[in-house]
Amino acid sequence: MPKLLSGAEIVFKALEDQKVEYIFGYPGGAVLPIYDELKNHKTIKHILARHEQGAGHAAEGYARSSGKPGVVLVTSGPGATNVVTALADAYMDSIPLVCISGQVPTHLIGTDAFQECDTTGITRPCTKYNWLVKDINDLAKILHTAFEVAVSGRPGPVLVDIPKDIQFKKGTYEFQKNKNLKLNGSKNKKISEKELDQFIEMMKKSSKPIFYTGGGVINSGPEASKLLRELVSITGFPITSTLQGLGAFPGSDSNFLGMLGMHGTYEANNAMHDCDLMINIGARFDDRITGKIDEFSPKSKKIHVDIDPSSIGKNVKVDLALVSDVNIFLSNLIKRFKAKNKNFIDVNKKNIDKWWTQIDKWREKKSLGFIKSDKTIKPQFAVQRLYELTKNKETYITTEVGQHQMWAAQHYKFDEPNRWMTSGGLGTMGFGLPAAIGVQIAHPGKLVIDIAGEASVLMTMQEMSTAVQYKLPIKIFILNNEYMGMVRQWQELLHEKNYSESYTAALPDFVKLAEAYGCVGIRATKPSELDEKIHEMMNTDRPVIFDCMVDKMENCYPMIPSGKAHNQMLLGPEDEKEEISAEGKTLV
Amino acid sequence: MAKSKSAYSEPTKLGKSDHHIIVVWVDNETGVLARVIGLFSGRGYNIESLAVAEVDKLKHLSRITIVSIGTPQVIEQIKLQLRKLLCVHRVADFNRNDPDILFRELALFKIVSSSKNQEKVKKACKKYNSVILDKSKKSFVIQITALRREIDKLITTIKPWGLVSISRTGAVAMTRGSEVFK
Repeated sequence: MPKLLSGAEIVFKALEDQKVEYIFGYPGGAVLPIYDELKNHKTIKHILARHEQGAGHAAEGYARSSGKPGVVLVTSGPGATNVVTALADAYMDSIPLVCISGQVPTHLIGTDAFQECDTTGITRPCTKYNWLVKDINDLAKILHTAFEVAVSGRPGPVLVDIPKDIQFKKGTYEFQKNKNLKLNGSKNKKISEKELDQFIEMMKKSSKPIFYTGGGVINSGPEASKLLRELVSITGFPITSTLQGLGAFPGSDSNFLGMLGMHGTYEANNAMHDCDLMINIGARFDDRITGKIDEFSPKSKKIHVDIDPSSIGKNVKVDLALVSDVNIFLSNLIKRFKAKNKNFIDVNKKNIDKWWTQIDKWREKKSLGFIKSDKTIKPQFAVQRLYELTKNKETYITTEVGQHQMWAAQHYKFDEPNRWMTSGGLGTMGFGLPAAIGVQIAHPGKLVIDIAGEASVLMTMQEMSTAVQYKLPIKIFILNNEYMGMVRQWQELLHEKNYSESYTAALPDFVKLAEAYGCVGIRATKPSELDEKIHEMMNTDRPVIFDCMVDKMENCYPMIPSGKAHNQMLLGPEDEKEEISAEGKTLV
Repeated sequence: MAKSKSAYSEPTKLGKSDHHIIVVWVDNETGVLARVIGLFSGRGYNIESLAVAEVDKLKHLSRITIVSIGTPQVIEQIKLQLRKLLCVHRVADFNRNDPDILFRELALFKIVSSSKNQEKVKKACKKYNSVILDKSKKSFVIQITALRREIDKLITTIKPWGLVSISRTGAVAMTRGSEVFK
């Protein structure tokens, strides 16, 4: 007869067997048995958040920067509903999370008991899978399956809802690997040589190729990023990246055209529009990328490599579809390509020379340029200075959502994967601060900066208390323009400058707020003092809130206006005037 | 063209929509129907009819038959999204006009009327494998099996003859011949 363990013991046994080191959580009535068991498991450290959403985003930051699944522990009812935003965020950006929630005792389910809610019902559409554990003897198997589902195929969040009586009950424990687990609906199919040859043939025929890579490369692990660099170096093709994919290919490399999409560079978007071969590796043709689908890269052949079969053909039809993990695919492709195409880059140079000349012409537009000022701090300038002063350190950047996020993506250059944590799919304001906590937990001693907006950061500001408690020296770098900047920008461009509710009156004094939390507050108001203050921030071994007062009316350019094609970008305020006066006029 | 005020793109032209019968084999576990149906409603797919029951007691397998309308792209997405669910074993998709597939729906009608009209109803139902399940002086309950459009038509026909209550199932489907869908 095997030894019987309580449900709470089984939870920790499973976490230990999954080599979990940290859980992010918040206690409450329906998870007390699990919290009671915490003291007996020294290898697992609990990080107490100040709100369950904060715990969820911290787990996301941990997962995104380390490649390991993030674990969240919350109570029933409000604990579970508070974590929903983080689950939905992780679902959109394919981040592996395992959320364990307490539930009211089995016999009370359905009676509107205290702190009861239909947790599996609420979280079903924003998790890869979820379970309500009704039998103690299913618990171990469900927990291990949950971890496998979270990390396999296209990663994502899962939730295990455990009623309180199950946490007390005794049952058996077994750690068994589930061998037949399917990966997003497809068994890991081997890529055939025929498909590889077709891929290579398309590359050889192309005179205007472009790589368009995304978060799938990051999720595939650091090896995939190395292989991507090799593929670009042996082909000499230009490459652009989605917001989520930044860092998979060095942002400072000359083959890199910058980010594409709504606020992408002029060269990246025009190259996407005019190319004759688009090679999508681990990206999903999101609507912020494609703009108007009918006019999206009309003349190109398209290849799509993705681990999730349902991502292929969802938004854009492609000519060659390959369902695979990026790492496995690229290693096969490069091996086969190199064997047959020695000196391809030299032989093919003539073929794509004109294309590079064209790209260089687009680059001359300097679409990320902005008017410098010596009186007010331009937000772009602040990000540039931050980049210059931190680029030689191992720096991790998280962001909130809005203008500051786009400026960070445009002006901070990422040379390594897993250094850039941002909420791309769901666009969750309040993501960056708790995410920075999770990143700092995973990377002690490293520089972790949340490039924030003052509106976003107030949504999860309470987590500063967490940072102080665990002595996590995260830096909250607020580009403070006193507006919900992106909302204000759209109102300016699309709603006749009716700035409805986008100005935040009565903002707190962030320096005093920092002091109230027991951390350090720094304020910069002039461009001339920026470097010195950033140095001061970097040299502070405690959490810092940096209140960087920036130009209030600055807009984020370049921009593809709504419903327009990639080659109809607005480069600055001058273009916008033209757009209003001449309807339907092609802008560039 | 009026200037768009949306930060989202305009909808593009849609392809031609067609009826498809999606058959899904699932683990008969708690919430499995909600999971499958939630996927349809959450992503805005249509459900015209639905039939579900356990078909294998030992393996706890249920067979869900969903009639849906969508463009080829949408139907493809439905299948791919369904296959991603852990509880889904197999997904089959049949075009409603496929001659190699059998489709049936079952309907129960309650008729309360004069004996003359009752006879008319019985006659009209005859070619749809009709069975009288219950009888009283003034009424009867009749069961028929047929295609959806046949039942629709029949209802219009017998409506004036005392049809007071209708209960219908969703369609179920099976391939012809000795072949089994794998």
